[in-house]
Amino acid sequence: MREDTRTLVFAGVTCIVVSLLLSVTASVLKPAQQANEAFDVKRNIVKAFGIDISSLDRPGIEASFEKHVAKDKAGDLPIFTWTDEGADKASKYAFPISGKGLWSMLYGYLSLEADLETIAGISFYKHGETPGLGAEIEKPWFLSQFTGKKLYNEGTAVDFLVVKPGTPPTETSVDGISGATLTGKGVQALIQKDAAAYAEYFKSIKGN
Amino acid sequence: MTSAAKKLLMDPFSDNNPVTIQVLGICSALAVTVKVDTAIVMTLALTSVVTLSNVVISLLRNVIPPGIRMIVEMAIIASLVIIADQLLRAFLFDISKQLSVFVGLIITNCIVMGRAEAFALQNPPKDSLLDGLGNGLGYGIVLITVATIRELLGFGTFLNFKIMPESFVGNGLVLLAPGAFIILGLLIWAQRTVSKYVEE
Repeated sequence: MREDTRTLVFAGVTCIVVSLLLSVTASVLKPAQQANEAFDVKRNIVKAFGIDISSLDRPGIEASFEKHVAKDKAGDLPIFTWTDEGADKASKYAFPISGKGLWSMLYGYLSLEADLETIAGISFYKHGETPGLGAEIEKPWFLSQFTGKKLYNEGTAVDFLVVKPGTPPTETSVDGISGATLTGKGVQALIQKDAAAYAEYFKSIKGN
Repeated sequence: MTSAAKKLLMDPFSDNNPVTIQVLGICSALAVTVKVDTAIVMTLALTSVVTLSNVVISLLRNVIPPGIRMIVEMAIIASLVIIADQLLRAFLFDISKQLSVFVGLIITNCIVMGRAEAFALQNPPKDSLLDGLGNGLGYGIVLITVATIRELLGFGTFLNFKIMPESFVGNGLVLLAPGAFIILGLLIWAQRTVSKYVEE
């Protein structure tokens, strides 16, 4: 009985010490972590606009975001615009994309050229897919395929496809990832879903 | 430093290396060795965790109730890993994104639990500290060696500096998991030939 009591007391004390330690660490580091995440979102928006960010450092990306990017509303949905230096009208439009991959939710941004049909760039900033397989969605070889493809035709969202690698390329499809077919299907579904959600908005601003 | 202490610290570097002799921690040795910078950060994270867990467990070795020994060890190791992960997220965000789940998986790295069970429970804190440091760095040496070979042959760079000439075409195989397996296998072979170690 003495021994059992000692075990319970030891377990209790361990739990309290450990949880105190972890909650203090988590709350002390939270502001720095949130700042990093906020910056990561900005960086991915700039990247989704098709800007090569590999040569830019953190202040450079922040400055580029402040200078060129503006947040707007498309009905109830958020939209980001890119305005070139000296221009008075937005030249590119980006919207958030998200949906289910194989293991996790995928989050990213997709941008359109001024014609409101052609994809200017895409990025994924958060996912939990398998490294080396599904996680390839954030690699340049996969993302660069999207640039120049058509997302809308005459104001309607096309059936954008992620196809098996090796299928003849078309204007509205990209190669998927070998070994990550289901992640590719997820990307296809989320692009179609979010393209459809923004179709009305792009149609409405097209005349202007 | 006494010769016994030196042996504790230096043995895991070669003759009792946790990766090439004991074949522990292989999962992360394959996963985070595409680039040297991630391998270095992983080494620092694992070394801090195994050193601290060894010291803490060694300090508590006479008071931990035998019935819940392993659960207490897990709680200590898991907390240290979470703290390491939180620190990386706050201060080395990009690298923590690349390391993704593998920092969290230090919890299940056999080296950490193995040193706690095999060494820290029987030895005083000072020796446990050296043992933890040695094993963490011994793991790190292998990690950084594999990463150096992979980054050099795969990207032609070292710590992101261009080493190979412009005409160099990266080898895709070394960047994939099978390439890491082959390099690690060759290292284990070389190590065991030098140490004359035979599996019993």
